[in-house]
This record gives sequence, C-alpha cells and structure tokens, in this order.
Amino acid sequence: MRPDDPERLSVPPDGRAFHDQPQWRNDFPIDWPQDELIARRDFTKFLVLTSLAFVVGQAWIVAKNFARGRRGEPPVRRIASLDAVPVGGAITFTYPGPQDTCILLRTAEDRFVAYSQKCTHLSCAVTPRPEENCLHCPCHNGFFDLATGIPTAGPPRRPLPRIILEARGGDLYATGIEVRA
Amino acid sequence: MRRVFSRRQKFTIVNGILAIVAVITMLQLWLLDATMNAFLGGVGAVVTPAALASVACLLLNVGLLWYLYRLERR
Repeated sequence: MRPDDPERLSVPPDGRAFHDQPQWRNDFPIDWPQDELIARRDFTKFLVLTSLAFVVGQAWIVAKNFARGRRGEPPVRRIASLDAVPVGGAITFTYPGPQDTCILLRTAEDRFVAYSQKCTHLSCAVTPRPEENCLHCPCHNGFFDLATGIPTAGPPRRPLPRIILEARGGDLYATGIEVRA
Repeated sequence: MRRVFSRRQKFTIVNGILAIVAVITMLQLWLLDATMNAFLGGVGAVVTPAALASVACLLLNVGLLWYLYRLERR
C-alpha cells in the first residue's frame, strides 16, 4: 500500500508516490477499480467532445442562415413561353442559381406549378408522374403531391420548395421561392 | 477544507455525472436535428436561440468534466 493513496492495490515499480509518476501511469492504471474509474471519466470526456461537435454544427447552421439572409430577393426570370409545355408535360429549368434545378409542370390548360427538383429528404432529383398525380423520388421511394408539393409517402417530411410563377404576356416568369416547413 | 472522497464515493459521483452529461448531449443532438429541420424548412428565427442553448449545454458539460478532473486530484 502507498501512503499517498491507501486505496491503490499496486505499487509503482520505482517505489515513488503516484503523483510523482508519469501521467501515462495514472491514465492507464493496473488496479482494476481505478481503471474502471478512469474509463468512465474518459467516456465522459468523449461525450463532452461530442457535445462540442454539436455546438460546431449549430454554429455552421447560424453561418448558413446569416448567408441566406444576405442573399436578398431572388431575381425575376423568364422560364418558357406558355405553349412550350403541353398539358400533362414538364420541363426543367434552373432558378435562382445555375445549380438549383427546378421542374415546371402543366397540370391543366390554365394551371402551372413549379417546384425545386431536389427531394427534401437527401436532395435526389424528383421526377413527375402525372398519371399518378405525384412527383417521385427514386432514391428512397419518396412521393409528393403534384398539385401542392406536400410529401405523401416515403422518408421526406418537408414539402418541396415552390417556385412562385407569374404569367406575363405569353411567357411564364419565376418571381420567387416559397420554402415551407 | 477540501473533502476527501473514498474511491467508492468517487465512483458514485463519476457515474452520476456521466449520466447527466449523456442526457445533456442527447438533448443537444435533438436540438441540432430540430434546428436543421427548421432551417431547411425556411424558419430562420429559431437558429440563433438554439445555438445559444447548445453552447449553454456545452458549458455545463465542460464544468462537470472539470469537476471530475478536480475530483481525481483529491
């Protein structure tokens, strides 16, 4: 037994007190009860590091939110002429940026709807199925209502962002994006 | 005067703190998930308060861990 720690079962090989030993000898003790104590402390340390990682994630969302606030209003852009899309047909376009693929659908003679083509689950491209009145995501079998963009089946939980359309003369224009929770 | 704990007592304290830290960390995971969901749904107002709440959880966790290390030195 060591006088500096009477509960320790082992004695360091050089005979000096535990607090005079190198750090590694205290971090990897031979005594089973002491080892259990250290293992639980280290697991707590690991959880605190995980907690730090979550804070970093939150900070990243704050930064993205700040960037989104600075982006300003989306532009007004011509998509297509009204008669370029047949009833039941669809075309793709990009809005507001060149990487943001969207899909324009003509559901009736005088009715057009447009959505972001990125599935709200994991951003795969959704494809229209007018005969089933839905949009389908082939990656994980997600389904969205064609008329509203609301998820109806599969893993997606949020509706597709809706592109606000405006008819001017014989043309269709995208004037904004409605992101819905 | 500092109170000296026996190893058995230390073990109880470490287990208790470990349980509290685990619950707080799971709370942070839920908070991150809810914040991401709100952000992607276009609701930006909750992002900053959620981040502050997460920082508060981290500070609490760090404080508890610091207490554990101080306990080791006793």
